[in-house]
Amino acid sequence: MSCGKCNKTTVEELKKTHKLLAEFDYEPVKVEKGYANRTLYVNVSDNKIELKPVSEELKEKFIGGRGFGLWYLWQAVTPETKWNDPENEIIISSGPIGGITQYPGTGKSYVVSLSPLTNIPIDSNVGGYFGPFLKFSGFDALEIQGKAENDVIIFIDGDNHKITIEEAPEECVDSHILAEQLTEMYADSEEGKKNVSVVSAGSAAEHTRIGMLNFSYYDVRRKKVKLKQAGRGGIGTVFRDKKIKALVIKFSNLKGDSNNPADFDTIAKTGIKLHKEIHDFDDLQNSMRKTGTTYLVSIMNDYDLLPTCNFQFGNHPEAHKISSKVFKNYFNITKTDGCWYGCTLACAKSVDVFKLKTGPYKGQKVIVDGPEYETIAGVGSNCGIFDPEAVLECNFYCDTYGVDTISFGTLCAFVMECYERGIINKETTGGLELKFGNWKAQLELLHQMARGEGFGKIAGQGIKRMKEIFAKDYGADINFLNDIGMEAKGLEFAEYMPKESLAQQGGFGLTNKGPQHDEAWLIFMDMVNKQLPTFEDKAEALHYFPMFRTWFSLVGLCKLPWNDIVPEDNAETDEPHKIPEHVQNYVDLFTAVTGKKITKEDLILQSERVYNFQRVFNIRMGKGRRKHDDIPYRAVGPVTVEEYESRQERYDKQLKEEVGINPEGMTTEEKIKVLREYREKRYEKLKDAVYKRRGWTMDGVPKLETLKRLGIDYPEVVEIIKQYLD
Amino acid sequence: MIEVNGEHIPWKEGMTIQDVLETCRYTYPMVIIKVNGKIIKRAQYETYKVKDGDVVQVIHLMSGG
Ligand code: SF4
Repeated sequence: MSCGKCNKTTVEELKKTHKLLAEFDYEPVKVEKGYANRTLYVNVSDNKIELKPVSEELKEKFIGGRGFGLWYLWQAVTPETKWNDPENEIIISSGPIGGITQYPGTGKSYVVSLSPLTNIPIDSNVGGYFGPFLKFSGFDALEIQGKAENDVIIFIDGDNHKITIEEAPEECVDSHILAEQLTEMYADSEEGKKNVSVVSAGSAAEHTRIGMLNFSYYDVRRKKVKLKQAGRGGIGTVFRDKKIKALVIKFSNLKGDSNNPADFDTIAKTGIKLHKEIHDFDDLQNSMRKTGTTYLVSIMNDYDLLPTCNFQFGNHPEAHKISSKVFKNYFNITKTDGCWYGCTLACAKSVDVFKLKTGPYKGQKVIVDGPEYETIAGVGSNCGIFDPEAVLECNFYCDTYGVDTISFGTLCAFVMECYERGIINKETTGGLELKFGNWKAQLELLHQMARGEGFGKIAGQGIKRMKEIFAKDYGADINFLNDIGMEAKGLEFAEYMPKESLAQQGGFGLTNKGPQHDEAWLIFMDMVNKQLPTFEDKAEALHYFPMFRTWFSLVGLCKLPWNDIVPEDNAETDEPHKIPEHVQNYVDLFTAVTGKKITKEDLILQSERVYNFQRVFNIRMGKGRRKHDDIPYRAVGPVTVEEYESRQERYDKQLKEEVGINPEGMTTEEKIKVLREYREKRYEKLKDAVYKRRGWTMDGVPKLETLKRLGIDYPEVVEIIKQYLD
Repeated sequence: MIEVNGEHIPWKEGMTIQDVLETCRYTYPMVIIKVNGKIIKRAQYETYKVKDGDVVQVIHLMSGG
């Protein structure tokens, strides 16, 4: 496959154009109890390659995955470092459990960098084989620093214990082509393709701040390269800014015990239990094996939680057109749709033959990885688009161009609302009629991002910067833009309507990296079940769940097999929403892999350390305090008359019962004002309760005693918070 | 009237758990249902009849991608 931009048609020809810049041989090591006990450092400015030992202290305090990423990034940058400085790093690490094949969801990699959107650390999780192969090749993490002069590929040959940096001028940047080419180029044979994994971005990652990374794996049954995405925060942008075209790894010796765990039998037994649960109950529960996460579309629509037309509304009569019932017909479902070996939850769906209607690859038949719920809601309903093929086309191009579907969807929804309200017009968009529902204009915006031209280049800067541009250049009302622009800390919101759940407002706002739902998803507990009636209840949930979910990112796990499948007797347990049996599985897995005995309380403690370290890191970079946890009012309540009136009964009731005001005779504008005061105060009170529960000051700064309790009161960490403690 | 997750819902003669779920548009499949504190098994949703004045909890287990 070729993009047609160069005249090299075979991978042999392409390979011949590579220029070797550096070569490094290393001694193989045996992984011991989930750790290679060594990391790999590559600097693409001076082509330096070195190994670093992993200390017991690092494993004890930072565990792996995101923890290692944050630790190395802290060492690499200063408070002045910007995302596009050579000092910024991209760190990829799986974690001690990562790479086992007996339990579902154990092949995740975590990627950490300073984000071009937020200028604070971002962490993003991703499937595909790179992370586990990296460890089994001998490295618990890969740290990349510097900036290359010309496009390079870093190749880790885990079979022959050799690392090379190669200039690679000719390959196409777009991932669907590049990953295929490099898989073929670096595999020993057709059969060996499954032993290669490629990390790549795409042409839009070069011109926007919303670039993401694709992590590949070779699907033997389909005979196709599939891509999983480390989507959030613009890490693909950093990757291309460093002029890295791709990372390639080859590891051919994968075995069931490659992770060399302390107690293999317990892992096997725990795995069998979950495989059986999935086999017996998935069809009755979320049907992940058949529909992936697409099942969420109709559920969210039914509960008024599906973001529609830039988070104005929570449902739409046409939502059924983009529901799982529709996408199921496009999927070629196999039992092997796992993004790592052994995942029987198998949610990594794909549309195997899709003919493109637009863009540079128009007419080609391609494989579309996904769509997942977030993509459908982001580029679909949130943009008023209910055409499944438009969603698939956009999904494909976001992936191959290397942009995050969530940021793209949310920013496109913002642009469309601005267009409809006359804040921007055809003249400012260069002729694009960016109305809700116009999928052709949406795709053209995306193609412009890939070409680095036109309005696409402005939109690709993200909502935070667009707001500034629209106010400065087009005279827009900045207060209104701040109300409707769904970003916090610079990152675009993930695709759930938090308006009617105060706890979820905290789940988006009181986060480290920005409004991504992977810290806490509390809408049902709070809004539907009414299990969190007090501020203290919400604060407890906003302590426990973010800490629990952080843990997945330390050890290399996928979150989905935790609660997208539950044991039959889960209802009879004390805390069914925590899925106690699965929590115990994780405790058992950690102990069985590392040989370190832990309890479920230790698991939270391990996360708390890294979580608080990340908070201090944010403070070090000039964010991470109370004011930085603010969210746009649209996440909190109705901004416009239409929004209020779409849920008038609910809002009037709240005015009457909670605010103590009779709404009769008031205009909608008056009601909006009173409701806003009430809801904004509630959010501030929530901050107080959460900070207290997390052991932070009322300014959101971790207290010294908290850092001491967690054992991360290192001098350089204490130094950062000291100035805010008085 | 019956109480479902804190809200009052009109009760009808012969109303089953399934009817309650449909009335409230509770379509999420992973729920735990308790009537007056007692767990009702999924297999009984179509047949278990709620009584006037019952307190029904439909506990949705959280999800999210
Ligand atoms: S549940 Fe889905 S995303 Fe998670 S590991 Fe399995 S296939 Fe991958």
